[in-house]
Amino acid sequence: MADDLVNVQIDGTWHQFPKGTRMIEACRQAGVEVPHYCYHPKLSSPGNCRMCLVEMGMPPRPKPGEELARDEDGRLPIQWMPRPVIACANTVSENLGIRTESALTKSCREGVMELLLINHPLDCPICDQAGECRLQEFSVEHGTGGSRFREDKVKKPKNVDIGPRVRLDDERCIMCSRCIRFTAEVADDPVLGFTERGSHTTLAVHPGRRLENNYSLNTVDICPVGALTSTDFRFQMRVWFLKETESICTGCGRGCNTEVSSREGSILRQTPRENNEVNSTWMCDQGRLDFHYVNSEARLTQPLLKGSEGHRAVSWEIAVKTLADKLAGFESSKIAIIASARLTNEDLYLVRRLAQQLGVKELDVIARFGEDDGYLVAADRNPNSRGAVLVLGLDSDPGSRISGIRRDIESGKIAALLAIGEDLTSPEGGFSPALLSQLEFLGQIHHTANATADAAVVVLPGATSFEKSGSMVNVTGRLQRLAPVVPLPGEAREDWLILRDLLQALDGGNGAGSSDEVFTLLAHEVSAFEGRTLASISPLGEVLIETGETVPLLEREKGRIAKGEIVG
Amino acid sequence: MSLSVPADIEKEIDERITHYPVSRRSAVLPVLHILQRHFRFLSEDAVSWTAAKLGLEPIQVLEVVTFYPGFRQEAPGKVHIRVCRTLSCAMAGSYELLDNLCQAVGIDASHMGHHHPFAVSEDGRFSIEFVECLASCGSAPVCLVEDELHERVSPETAPDLLARYS
Repeated sequence: MADDLVNVQIDGTWHQFPKGTRMIEACRQAGVEVPHYCYHPKLSSPGNCRMCLVEMGMPPRPKPGEELARDEDGRLPIQWMPRPVIACANTVSENLGIRTESALTKSCREGVMELLLINHPLDCPICDQAGECRLQEFSVEHGTGGSRFREDKVKKPKNVDIGPRVRLDDERCIMCSRCIRFTAEVADDPVLGFTERGSHTTLAVHPGRRLENNYSLNTVDICPVGALTSTDFRFQMRVWFLKETESICTGCGRGCNTEVSSREGSILRQTPRENNEVNSTWMCDQGRLDFHYVNSEARLTQPLLKGSEGHRAVSWEIAVKTLADKLAGFESSKIAIIASARLTNEDLYLVRRLAQQLGVKELDVIARFGEDDGYLVAADRNPNSRGAVLVLGLDSDPGSRISGIRRDIESGKIAALLAIGEDLTSPEGGFSPALLSQLEFLGQIHHTANATADAAVVVLPGATSFEKSGSMVNVTGRLQRLAPVVPLPGEAREDWLILRDLLQALDGGNGAGSSDEVFTLLAHEVSAFEGRTLASISPLGEVLIETGETVPLLEREKGRIAKGEIVG
Repeated sequence: MSLSVPADIEKEIDERITHYPVSRRSAVLPVLHILQRHFRFLSEDAVSWTAAKLGLEPIQVLEVVTFYPGFRQEAPGKVHIRVCRTLSCAMAGSYELLDNLCQAVGIDASHMGHHHPFAVSEDGRFSIEFVECLASCGSAPVCLVEDELHERVSPETAPDLLARYS
């Protein structure tokens, strides 16, 4: 056995852990839950909530000359200490004993719960945290169900506007300080602090300062009680009615792993899902809140065909056939296809097939760049640029052909254009409506009405990233899965399905029956994907290509783990 | 809106900060003491000034200011009197002493509370604060007038005490 493993007895059973493992993590690995509030593996451990108190024992110190008797397994006897210790900040050592179910541990938990609830308003029926509240859960599990406190509770500020996206209720706060540590240690914006002292201790921002950095909503996630709630989500839905779907954020090239909560076909919130290769347990506010467009009034819900009196709704059959016939009516050299790096690999693979079928050479995606924020937001604001390069087989940087396509439209060299998943008149697209009007034919596949759709002859309603199954490749080269969260509105369809039908209308052949099958076809054709299937991609994704890019926030966390500041 | 700190005070503060080479944050307490000694209380500007001086967020200074009852956030009178309220003094008559002192200088003690720990007389000459233990239980009741400790201050002698500072 390796030297750095130590034997630890947890509730009577012996286990082995690397030396230096926190007691609370050792218990977790052994399947024993130690209740806690202030401890968070990604933050420093101040040990201030006292909820993780456990009974600890060590071998007694032998008298001079005495040798302690070992049992048949070679274990020394354990002498239990009369006082409890906090499991979050103490580490395991050889022949250590931990009792999480003893009378002492239980009475500690009861005592801590009773003290934490002394000034708590007990307003669960109107509290947004109810249903996912640690105070509520541990009160049921470890509390006594009653209070001996007969005095008046301390009054504190309620419904405090501490920032644009986070609300504070100070009476519910149990002073675990997770939010303060997050803003100081992870977000580097230490605007939160405790004022006053004792039972008057109050979480506050300094007058004139606001909790408004782009990571502020992570404080809502880590708040174990209902003190910090999301302005966007509060009072929208009781959490036990929510359906959770594991997916990824498509706001930038990072591809933060997410859990998307929905109810009856509407998305209500998006929260980060732990992935230590992508986003740790955090995500930015901008990406997290970027789902409201899914429920927008402007969603395209029917295939549209432009006639003399504007667009009218037509059946899918007519719309797809019209698009196929129109495109087939042009010489290959007169057609351009502009797809999107917001599409999945599966969508893009069918775009590639479409370009091959039509013999189109002018094929590209719209590039979208911003500033790398040094935390999680990547400079590449497209979620699947890496996938687009691989799948479309682009021989230059994504977006580098777009200006050429614009020129060719102006000169009349290109007469037909199909725009898939992009509004070309957006600032990144850079096409003016006047330029688009020079085209003989414009087709558009998109989820939301826009100026490109206005100018298009055929408009096919597609899916948002919350409505499709598929995969994307993030900036570090990680292949990750996207899952459908809500059903499509009206007659809208997943983009791969639209493209498959379009291909069938063009070549009459059989197409794939699901995005899984599309992925399999892709894996046969594009070497980087060889041997993979969509279903086999782990929920945490897998490395597809090495890009040499690192995640600044993860690098800092690794540094803190190495220094022993955080568990990680 | 900014605090105007005299050059000699700032020099004293700068010197004191050098006592904490590892973490400037550790200098918060001594800096606040120097500022309160000079300005008599710590205004919002003093908090912001200290934060800027030490490269901290203002909340990190406000935490310290509000934690210690020894720091005042409002202006006291010319003479600040702290009357001990803890057990020995309370039993030896400090509540009566407080009442007598308040009455003598015309202070309505009912305005004192958690968020306003002291009250100032209308003429601004005196302010009175009812504080926890002043660590002189053997000579109760005691009070601290500015930096001077007065022992065995019976409630009846309150006017005499005030006369010494008039």
